[in-house]
Amino acid sequence: MEDTTTNKQISSPTTTVAALRLFFHDYFVDGYDTSILVSSTRFSKSERGYPGFSNRKGSGIGIPDSLPRVQGHGYRIHCRNIASMTSKPVRNQSFAMINCDDISYFKKILGERGVVLEEEKLDDANTDWMRKFKGSSKLMLQPRSTQEVSQILDYCNSRRLAVVPQGGNTGLVGGSVPVFDEVIINVSSMNNTISFDKDSGILVCEAGCILENLISFLDNEGYIMPLDLGAKGSCQIGGNVSTNAGACALFDTRTFLSGISGLEVVLANGTVLDMLGTLRKDNTGYDLKHLFIGSEGSLGIVTKVSILTPPKLSSVNLAFLACEDYTSCQKLLSEAKRKLGEILSAFEFLDINAMDLVLKHLDGLRNPLPSAKHNFYILIETTGSMESHDKEKLESFLLQSMENGLLNDGVLAQDVNQASSFWRIREGIPEALMKAGAVYKYDLSLPPEKMYNLVEEMRERLGTAANVVAYGHLGDGNLHLNISTRQYNDSILSKIEPFVYEWTSEQRGSISAEHGLGLMKANKIHYSKSAETVQLMAAIKKLLDPNGILNPYKVLPTSILSQSGVDEP
Amino acid sequence: MKIMVAIKRVIDYAVKIRVKPDKSGVETSNVKMSMNPFCEIALEEALRIKESGRASEVVAVSVGPSQCVDTLRTGLAMGADRAIHVEFPGTLYPLSIAKIFKALVDAEKPGLLLLGKQAIDDDCNQTGQMVAGLLKWPQGTFASKVVLDEENKVVTVDREVDGGLETLCLDLPAVITTDLRLNQPRYATLPNIMKAKSKVIKKLTPQDLKVEIKSDLEVIQVTEPPKRKAGVILSSVDELIDRLKNEARVI
Ligand SMILES: Cc1cc2nc3c(=O)[nH]c(=O)nc-3n(C[C@H](O)[C@H](O)[C@H](O)COP(=O)(O)OP(=O)(O)OC[C@H]3O[C@@H](n4cnc5c(N)ncnc54)[C@H](O)[C@@H]3O)c2cc1C
Repeated sequence: MEDTTTNKQISSPTTTVAALRLFFHDYFVDGYDTSILVSSTRFSKSERGYPGFSNRKGSGIGIPDSLPRVQGHGYRIHCRNIASMTSKPVRNQSFAMINCDDISYFKKILGERGVVLEEEKLDDANTDWMRKFKGSSKLMLQPRSTQEVSQILDYCNSRRLAVVPQGGNTGLVGGSVPVFDEVIINVSSMNNTISFDKDSGILVCEAGCILENLISFLDNEGYIMPLDLGAKGSCQIGGNVSTNAGACALFDTRTFLSGISGLEVVLANGTVLDMLGTLRKDNTGYDLKHLFIGSEGSLGIVTKVSILTPPKLSSVNLAFLACEDYTSCQKLLSEAKRKLGEILSAFEFLDINAMDLVLKHLDGLRNPLPSAKHNFYILIETTGSMESHDKEKLESFLLQSMENGLLNDGVLAQDVNQASSFWRIREGIPEALMKAGAVYKYDLSLPPEKMYNLVEEMRERLGTAANVVAYGHLGDGNLHLNISTRQYNDSILSKIEPFVYEWTSEQRGSISAEHGLGLMKANKIHYSKSAETVQLMAAIKKLLDPNGILNPYKVLPTSILSQSGVDEP
Repeated sequence: MKIMVAIKRVIDYAVKIRVKPDKSGVETSNVKMSMNPFCEIALEEALRIKESGRASEVVAVSVGPSQCVDTLRTGLAMGADRAIHVEFPGTLYPLSIAKIFKALVDAEKPGLLLLGKQAIDDDCNQTGQMVAGLLKWPQGTFASKVVLDEENKVVTVDREVDGGLETLCLDLPAVITTDLRLNQPRYATLPNIMKAKSKVIKKLTPQDLKVEIKSDLEVIQVTEPPKRKAGVILSSVDELIDRLKNEARVI
């Protein structure tokens, strides 16, 4: 049902409602005549919003005003959220099932070590970091070289075995685990650094290198990785590239895209594409590496990455600050951009709910501003080359902001240890959310001035049923909206979705700022991308992966792929 | 009563130390420097004593090159009332520092001298003991708890010793060196950073204090610890036993 709706919505938005009404008419009528109003996106306006309909935002269903009301219950609605109900796709039967011959073939090319069949290990690999998505794969392959990846894919493609590329399995949208029985291709064993050029700062390494190891390798060489995030101890560079991960630090080069100077990728049919060119400038033909950055394993498996790394700057300063309200946070940001200029390297915010959660659930953390509670906390980091000059600049900016009343309070890290403990608070939020129970995660790009309105509206909608926690990179309008509940619960979910996507689309925001679409949001792409764009994406997918074996059911709506010719029963 | 606290500027605790190629010492240029963590604890303790009303003034002192002023600013931002910088650009060893402190104590007359138990760069663990000797004051080293009794002019100090605690009672004035578990130092808040801007840092030289800097020891060389070999992952218990038997020859 969802597929049909999504597909309709993309191909011909004007007929979606009519089609739904036609197909599901009986379900909606229970003594009343109800009509369905599909959510508006910024590309197509639905009938909701036209006069004569109650604008019941977020319900996915609208009711003509002429409808009689049931005493005391408001409107009676029987089938809610038709247009954006979250449902699991069905297994694509054109994919083969693994058999003994497959396994012995894989053992022949990878050796015993590279073929994982043990239930325990498979259980981990089938389950995502949030323990929210779980597949039932019976086989994990661990190649050690590009050549092995190529052989695996060549074979899987000819056998029509679906695969899911996996790195550190820290992805947050269900992209890194199988949906059904897809073969897991885990690149963790490909973890060599291949070369580092001390003059150009270009690092070439294999996809399975753990981010934190690269960070410390570069630190030793006097360079920095243009990416740092909370999952660094587990996530891998291939996964970071494939999700186009964004970072806490690094203000302008936020998405790590600008740092990637080349890739080696294996296509679905086993072809190895060497795009590792380590030139800074190269404009010969299409820059194809961009296709794979952020493609979430749906177009190819990244096997090697070359990254342009900047030299380490010696002077890093970090302040942990408190603001009274969201407006002050925003004013502080624009002032910081103006007064700190090029040395401003991070501007992160968390609200009081996020702060309380971290302090409650993580051990060994200490509130840097214990004397009072504040509604908002901000981290400002500067990075430069002139220690005392930078510090003085930051200090005088902060003191001035305090005098202007933008800041309630604040502390300035005096050594690296203090700085890490401030960062630990911000970076520990996802972990604290996990410990607190179930969590619905939304990673949105929104105009910064509107960003927090969504959080407040969400709190109003959910009342005491859930804890709405907000944090993010205020510097570039990226809100991490997290709804923490005791356990996953459809009635809460229906209050959140599609409301959150509609709201975002109305603000011309993005429903995935940095986590990607994965399984969770594959069918939501139309909230952020026009029909033409999605069609082109589907055509590219079909060109590169005609059998659709790479990470099926993810990123793009399955309906549109089957429509444009990728096999489906 | 006045409390004097010694503060040393060292390579930041979190920085990876690199030995200079000529083995004459460790690389300090372009390296993040911060307050020695044990000195931070000493300062925190002094501030707590003052806040509890048992002391009237906290004076932070640092001996070393001109950049020590930055470290003293941190001390002032934490809450010290004023600071003294004894400027000396060259290498200093504990005995010289102890003599400088003796001279400063003679001039300032504090009731308590607090120092970190050791500095994390040279790990000497000598200055507190030497200055107590020069002053002929009682000393409580490795303090994990300090209780001041002003009326009776004594201070009780808990020391962490192997397998237990030792509690001492010292007559004031006294020297105390601080251990890790004594307290958790505060952060420098913006209001305190602001206040610190108007606090005074007095500059002196060893000559001003009539201390001659000389040393009867010489560092011959500094070397890195031997590199650990990377571990290997073995595929089975049998392989492990085989390696332990035939390669490592331990079983
Ligand atoms: C605590 C925590 C904090 C996080 N913070 C941030 C943050 O600040 N910013 C941010 O952007 N994200 C963040 N994330 C999510 C982020 O997307 C992932 O952490 C990381 O980028 C994914 O790397 P991974 O190796 O774990 O990939 P996986 O989770 O294994 O995979 C992610 C996706 O990439 C694909 N993939 C993985 N490896 C390859 C490969 N070699 N070739 C092709 N496809 C591949 C997978 O199929 C999947 O679709 C966070 C996650 C956690 C758990």
